Amino acid sequence: MSNILEVKDLVVSFHTFGGEVQAVRGVNFSVPKGKTVAIVGESGCGKSVTAKSIMQLLPKPPAEYKQGEILFNGDNILAKSERDMQRIRGNEIGMIFQDPMTSLNPTTKVGAQITEGILKHKDVSRKEARSQAIELLNLVGIPQPEKRVDQYPHEFSGGMRQRAMIAISLACEPDLLIADEPTTALDVTIQAQILKLMKDLQNKTGTSIILITHDLGVVAETCDHVVVMYAGQVIETGTVEEVFETPQHPYTKGLMKSVPRLDQDKKQPLIPIIGSPPDLMDPTEGCPFFARCEYAMEVCRDHNPSFEYMGGNQHASCWLHHPLAKASE
Amino acid sequence: MFRYTLKRLGWAIVTLWAVITITFLLMHSIPGNPFAKEGTMPEAVYNNLQHYYNLDKPLVVQYGLYLKQLAQFDFGPSLKSKTITVNDYIVNGFPVSLHLGMQALVIAIAFGLIFGVIASLNRNRWPDYVSMVLSIIGISVPSFILATFLINFVAVEWGLLPVATWSSWSHTVLPSVSLAMMPMAYIARLMRSSMLEVLGQDYINTARAKGIAKHMIIFKHAIRNAILPVVTVLGIITANLVTGSFIIEQIFGIPGMGEMFVKGIFNRDYPVILGSTIFYAAILIFLVFIVDIAYTFIDPRIKITGESK
Amino acid sequence: MMKNNEQLTKEMFQKVHDNFEHAEKINRPSVSYWADVWRRIKENKLAMLGLILIISLSILAIIGPYINGYSYYEQNFMEKNLKPNAEHWFGTDQLGRDIFTRVWYGARISLFIGVMAALIDFLVGIIYGGISGMASGRTDNIMMRIAEILYAIPYLLMVILLMVVMEQGLWTIILAMTLTGWIPMARLVRGQVLQMKEQEFVQASEALGAKTGWVLRKHMIPNTMGPILVNVTLTVPTAIFAEATLSFLGLGIPAPQASWGTMANDALDSILVGNFYQLFFPAILISLTMFAFNVFGDGLRDALDPKLRK
Ligand SMILES: Nc1ncnc2c1ncn2[C@@H]1O[C@H](COP(=O)(O)OP(=O)(O)O)[C@@H](O)[C@H]1O
Ligand SMILES: [Mg+2]
Repeated sequence: MSNILEVKDLVVSFHTFGGEVQAVRGVNFSVPKGKTVAIVGESGCGKSVTAKSIMQLLPKPPAEYKQGEILFNGDNILAKSERDMQRIRGNEIGMIFQDPMTSLNPTTKVGAQITEGILKHKDVSRKEARSQAIELLNLVGIPQPEKRVDQYPHEFSGGMRQRAMIAISLACEPDLLIADEPTTALDVTIQAQILKLMKDLQNKTGTSIILITHDLGVVAETCDHVVVMYAGQVIETGTVEEVFETPQHPYTKGLMKSVPRLDQDKKQPLIPIIGSPPDLMDPTEGCPFFARCEYAMEVCRDHNPSFEYMGGNQHASCWLHHPLAKASE
Repeated sequence: MFRYTLKRLGWAIVTLWAVITITFLLMHSIPGNPFAKEGTMPEAVYNNLQHYYNLDKPLVVQYGLYLKQLAQFDFGPSLKSKTITVNDYIVNGFPVSLHLGMQALVIAIAFGLIFGVIASLNRNRWPDYVSMVLSIIGISVPSFILATFLINFVAVEWGLLPVATWSSWSHTVLPSVSLAMMPMAYIARLMRSSMLEVLGQDYINTARAKGIAKHMIIFKHAIRNAILPVVTVLGIITANLVTGSFIIEQIFGIPGMGEMFVKGIFNRDYPVILGSTIFYAAILIFLVFIVDIAYTFIDPRIKITGESK
Repeated sequence: MMKNNEQLTKEMFQKVHDNFEHAEKINRPSVSYWADVWRRIKENKLAMLGLILIISLSILAIIGPYINGYSYYEQNFMEKNLKPNAEHWFGTDQLGRDIFTRVWYGARISLFIGVMAALIDFLVGIIYGGISGMASGRTDNIMMRIAEILYAIPYLLMVILLMVVMEQGLWTIILAMTLTGWIPMARLVRGQVLQMKEQEFVQASEALGAKTGWVLRKHMIPNTMGPILVNVTLTVPTAIFAEATLSFLGLGIPAPQASWGTMANDALDSILVGNFYQLFFPAILISLTMFAFNVFGDGLRDALDPKLRK
């Protein structure tokens, strides 16, 4: 098996005061070993919920895994006990969060936050763990790691903190690294450094990466596969070339036009997608993109298209690819 | 760090000076003088007393003399009992009050934290409701009411525990509990909301993503951070404990400083009121100072800026 | 879905044009800020219980003393220390006064002190804090230092001291309590003002030429009033508590007037002779009132800041 992770028909809901929020509604994608897969989509479309589901970090309640499987190295993660999950988290799957300013514990030394995971998963002494932490800080490009290891997060800049986060997540050399918008909160120049760092580390360790991002330029540059999410569903997947060259879903096309890309001509005007994603509290039967789609057809109003093979590695869910649609053109 | 300590110390001294001055002026602003009331006193005795208490000198001089006295930890003589000084009262009463206060403080902090943590970990389930109902009752029932209810039921009706005097440990239970209830409730509420906030922070997810077990996360990451706001209010809580103890000591007949203070009020014994107010204020200001400094040790973010948040 | 395939017809694949209107319709009807707060507070059962209690206690404070025909000061030595009965619903005290009547008379005094103290703290705090926040710079610094020093003096200690010095009376108590009581409010107001001055939308609307009055009404007041209102609500129980404590120390309202605190104090000896009910009624009412204001204040805070509740 060459896929390290396969997410199959995942459905996750939140039970809130107002009712059931269907945050993830049947997500399918896989991560090949050693590759980088991007998850893109507007905010609120379920990217973080999907990522946290893989780590089983969602609090239950209010979250409920209603359906589906998440196969990690062939084992269904959703069926594992909390104890087993604790062995997997940090050890086999690492995770980096969006905001480095809040994702480190302010009252604990950075070094201690790195060694915590090492001591949990590896049979090493405190002293060894500490020297590993220093090594890791060095690896992620933090100068004077011997001094830095005893400092607190507030003594680090934002970029440094994110480097420290990467050190934490890589401390036990996980097979899969999930980075949930790791650069969104950082300056542009630092974003590039952090991404380069992740890429370099991947080349060294062979880790597979799931990279959640808004930045299609980043996707084009650093990723192998793309998963496009909308309203809790995957609406298109494929290799980076396929999705960028021949986007099959109107939403993907809109996304391409609406966000700035580092790899593209600056002069090209940005065209935002009008409207906003549907309320996941009570989603319609039809295609969730219906209300915002310039190619919308009658069928889209009440029927949600299925996820279809588009050739190559590409899949998409859109009625435009139905034979009848092609015929009526 | 050193500069911060020095600055805080400076503040403590200025505050104490302000308290002394305000109290002094208040006490001397009372119309007439404390001996005028005791009508039948011979003129010579009156003059002697005036002289003895420095009341015949101008206010500024009295103020200067009083400050000088205070600098030597001398709170002066009492008005009502000529043989006893305010210092005697403090020396006799303070250890008892300290015992009561510490016992109550320990109960308040320990149970307050426990209830707060349990409530936050069981949000919207019965342990949460029980803790919160208890703490709402705690902040709604003044200590003297709780004390009288406890005396009526636990001591008088059911005869479970003794009241009055301060002779054995079992005598200390009811007063300590009465005194501890309100600060305990306050700490429990504060700790609960603080815990809930911390548990929602990203770094808790980071810790979970490292595979750390839940109880370790609660102790090492959650409680450690959630306790910070509780530490900052310890000064106020202690102040409330002290003022609460006036009444508790009075109700239970405990021979502490509070009882002496209240007696001083009843007798209009101004040196006693003045002296004990300053003594209380000094202790509280000192405690707040200690809490401020201690805070810099438990919250590493404070050190670098040298300012509290 | 594929299973729907059989029903698919060619007509269904006609392009539609009205779909964008849907997209615009998503905007929910905007409810006014206070209506929204009120709706949330109504959902909070405990807060509503508090509100109902506050209203009932206020009504009883007004009409209570007239209900059973006794007066609060009338002594009747034939009817001393009567347990609650059909004539005297809450019994009589050691001077033969009707406790039911006295308790509601006491409610007037206690509630009046609580509400007045809160209002005065509110006014002084708004003025002091507002000036301090608006002035900024040195004035602000000096004003806040003064407040800080005054605040370091333990509140109840200060109040007790003032009451020793001043002549006992209703207004003296209120004065004593508000003399340093306004400080937390002033700090809060100052903080809010500073925060407001920073807020982009205020600057933006000023830049767009909005009238100051409009900015105040539309942005400043709703945004700053929340925490201030909560503070006012929670000052009431603090003041009632302080008054009860003072009375308990014999520094409260002079007889024959009575507050719950003085009644509890008078009744203290009654426990030992088995007349616990004399203490019970004022004690329960103090606690109920504090409970009501505390839970209502909490509910208000939650309703004003829904983020906290989630
Ligand atoms: N704890 C929660 N309770 C209720 N709803 C939630 C919760 N977490 C996320 N959601 C909802 O799930 C949806 C997807 O959220 P998320 O995965 O965070 O989006 P994003 O793609 O921006 O990462 C959103 O509509 C959000 O409102
Ligand atoms: Mg997200």
